[in-house]
Amino acid sequence: MQLVLERRAERSTIVAIASPLIAIALTLVTIGILFAIIGKSPIEALRVYFVQPLTDPFPFFLQQEIIVKATPLVMIAVGLSLCYIANIWNIGAEGQFLVGAVCGSWLAVKTNGTDVGHWVLVVMLILGAFGGAIYGLIPALCKVYFGASEILTSLMLVYIANLGLDYIVRGPWRDPHGLNFPTTAAFDPAASIGTLFEGPGRLHAGSIITLVVVMLAAVMLGRTLMGFQIRLVGAAPRAARFSGFKSDRLVLFTFAVSGALAGLAGIIEVAGPIGHLDPGVASGYGFTAIIVAFLGRLNPIGILFAGLFLALTFIGGEGAQISLKVPLDLTKVFQGILLFYVLACDSLIVYRIRLLRTAAKAVPANA
Amino acid sequence: MLDATPQAGSPRSEPLLSAVSISKRYGDFLANDRIDLDLFPAEIHALLGENGAGKSTLVKVMYGLIQPSGGELRWMAKKVVLSGPSEARALGIGMVFQHFTLFENLTVAENVALGLPSTESFAAISERREKTARVYGLPLEPKREVWRLSGGERQRIEIVRALLQNPKLLILDEPTSVLTPQEADLLFVVLERLKSEGRAVLYISHKLEEVKRLCDTATILRGGKKVLTCNPRRETAASLARMMVGGEVGEVKAASGRSVARPRLVVDKLSLAPDDPHGTYLEEVSLAVCGGEVVGIAGVSGNGQDELFAALSGERRAPAQAAIVIDGKPAGLLGVTERRRMGAAFVPEERLGHGTAPRMKLSENALLTGHAASGMVKKGFIDKLATLVHVDRTTKSFDVRKAKRDPEAVSLSGGNLQKFVVGREILREPGVLVVSQPTWGVDAGAAAVIRQALIDLAGRGAAVLVISQDLDELAEIADRIAVMFHGRLSAPLDAAEATREKLGLLMGGARPERAAEEQGTKHAIGA
Repeated sequence: MQLVLERRAERSTIVAIASPLIAIALTLVTIGILFAIIGKSPIEALRVYFVQPLTDPFPFFLQQEIIVKATPLVMIAVGLSLCYIANIWNIGAEGQFLVGAVCGSWLAVKTNGTDVGHWVLVVMLILGAFGGAIYGLIPALCKVYFGASEILTSLMLVYIANLGLDYIVRGPWRDPHGLNFPTTAAFDPAASIGTLFEGPGRLHAGSIITLVVVMLAAVMLGRTLMGFQIRLVGAAPRAARFSGFKSDRLVLFTFAVSGALAGLAGIIEVAGPIGHLDPGVASGYGFTAIIVAFLGRLNPIGILFAGLFLALTFIGGEGAQISLKVPLDLTKVFQGILLFYVLACDSLIVYRIRLLRTAAKAVPANA
Repeated sequence: MLDATPQAGSPRSEPLLSAVSISKRYGDFLANDRIDLDLFPAEIHALLGENGAGKSTLVKVMYGLIQPSGGELRWMAKKVVLSGPSEARALGIGMVFQHFTLFENLTVAENVALGLPSTESFAAISERREKTARVYGLPLEPKREVWRLSGGERQRIEIVRALLQNPKLLILDEPTSVLTPQEADLLFVVLERLKSEGRAVLYISHKLEEVKRLCDTATILRGGKKVLTCNPRRETAASLARMMVGGEVGEVKAASGRSVARPRLVVDKLSLAPDDPHGTYLEEVSLAVCGGEVVGIAGVSGNGQDELFAALSGERRAPAQAAIVIDGKPAGLLGVTERRRMGAAFVPEERLGHGTAPRMKLSENALLTGHAASGMVKKGFIDKLATLVHVDRTTKSFDVRKAKRDPEAVSLSGGNLQKFVVGREILREPGVLVVSQPTWGVDAGAAAVIRQALIDLAGRGAAVLVISQDLDELAEIADRIAVMFHGRLSAPLDAAEATREKLGLLMGGARPERAAEEQGTKHAIGA
């Protein structure tokens, strides 16, 4: 008996849709076993993780929290997916997210306490996207002009952004009335994104912007020549060159767009749920978004659902921490296992598994 | 030096290697369907068939590279299971591949040693290598790096390496595809000698004249099945072709009343360094192709044809704007898209991965070259219907057979995909068409369709440039033929006076002015 992976004649559409679901199922089984090992009931754990947040009664606080969490994840992941489809590896969305948050906050800090109009918020969002794009272009330019690996440069720039943020909130932008805590002053209402509903829920307009981004990205990938270029460069680089597309330009474009989206997500997060700039802004959304992008099959609509699912694990993880007394790190383990299974199940789209019986009868050669 | 003791006196006594009812299945596709084949000592056995007939699959099974799904192999009447090439070599089976398995950056001597068991010292191998090379007349330059060598020289390394293992059976996969006609003649002498030593040779080919000349027995495969085993000397080339193709092969008709007009594609002293360290420098390549004619570029592969194609298509820019002129307008510094907009079209050698994106649908592959100039893109948005219509038109005009309206490119057979790739360009009615290896790996029916389409396009006034290794193909469709050697292009010869021998000498690097007299001497020796 022998297990072989056999190439399919055509990519299987059914498996392409089913593969993330299979991955999720396998993750649940694995995590259930993990819970059993540390002596918790797997059924109870899964209930706390996945059912409780969804069944929170009116005013639906936890449900809103899921969407609030999903908002930056989806927006960043959509940008990353453009890179990944084209086989360009932007690993530094976390840095672009932070730089976007800092750039947008600049205006909020400068106008703090003055009575300016709501245009401030609009300019902040533009500054955030712009800052993220510029920061994303650094590894892209290094790749195009010096052949530097964008994987390394974009990743290392995350740490630079992190330390830069740290310096700014401890130094020049620190709130003079903040009891020496490393944070800026709370943003003025004019520089903040308000909540959509009355009550304790934190759902904000940034989620609507994310939905628009998802739709624009879906149209761009499926219907425009630019989207075709991105897909072609990833699928067959030599054919893309023959097609007349310039891959260098595409590297710059995808990095700029994904940087802009990450930066926009950063400033939305700061001007929305957080309300001020502090080192806690660096919460790892830029890395989690990589999982979201792949779980969503690098498809904008898929990413929307994947982002919501990952957000559910965050909110469920917080609940589990309280009611089951398990460490929050378990959520990270969870997400790691999920990414592992997602990538493994991807091979089923192009290959199928077959059991070979003939090999069992193999006769050793008597040479 | 041969310690095999074949029964040369009674060659039909017992087969050396028998394939009994070998089948090989890939998914739903049967590459080999219950094939029987007996190979005898002191015999050159041809395995004939079109591309895709299952020849390569069968020999890979015989060399242990792939496992059959059914049937068995018998070596001297005993059943064997070959789990890898090393077991095949241990039995005494040697193989020379079509695509060489050499390390480009290593020397000839190192490459030979790497193919042998590591129990033998480098010095001992070198001594044996020199002896073998001398005995068989296969001169090697041991210290040269492989990337500097021609296809023929590389093949010699592979053959010597196989012979050093003293094989009782030598398998050669399409060996003459990388050789000039003269080099092929030398190879045949070596093979005759191997036969006289009592070794069995399995010779894979689709060139009928060659097989008739050289082989004692021929087995013909078609569509994964064995058609029959026969004596090729008792058959005509036409009867062998019928058995290979399973029907009459269509003749290509020359277009009538073609008028050759002004030059539409001009290459003027184009010199270009390769971007790959093992590539070929183009040196002062000059050529003019007029509207209404088909010009062929012959040559053994790796002599700069790929570099020339990239420079003509615009995938690589020429150093000067004036080096390439399309329809009177200088285009050397322009990219692929701009050149397409000037009415040029290109078909690269590699169908999958270069001419098409394998995992994309045909409609998307129509867009791949059509986005520049065919109304498939409006204000940055793709007109999906327009791309599908282009696929439908190509399908109809070129008889592209496929399972559904818009499948992935990779799911088409080689011949059908090639018809699509060529048809995709021809339907745009280009003024200039540059096509590389238009019928490589394509069945005879599809090849005839493609060649006819190229001639007809020229008949409508386009300039058609065909880069091909297949001299028969060029003889069939080209009005003039130039030869590429070491990055230089000879002056074109009129098709009528471009004999195989003249072309062969040019392909081997002879200077054009000397080609005629050398041809004379050659005749004298040959006769």
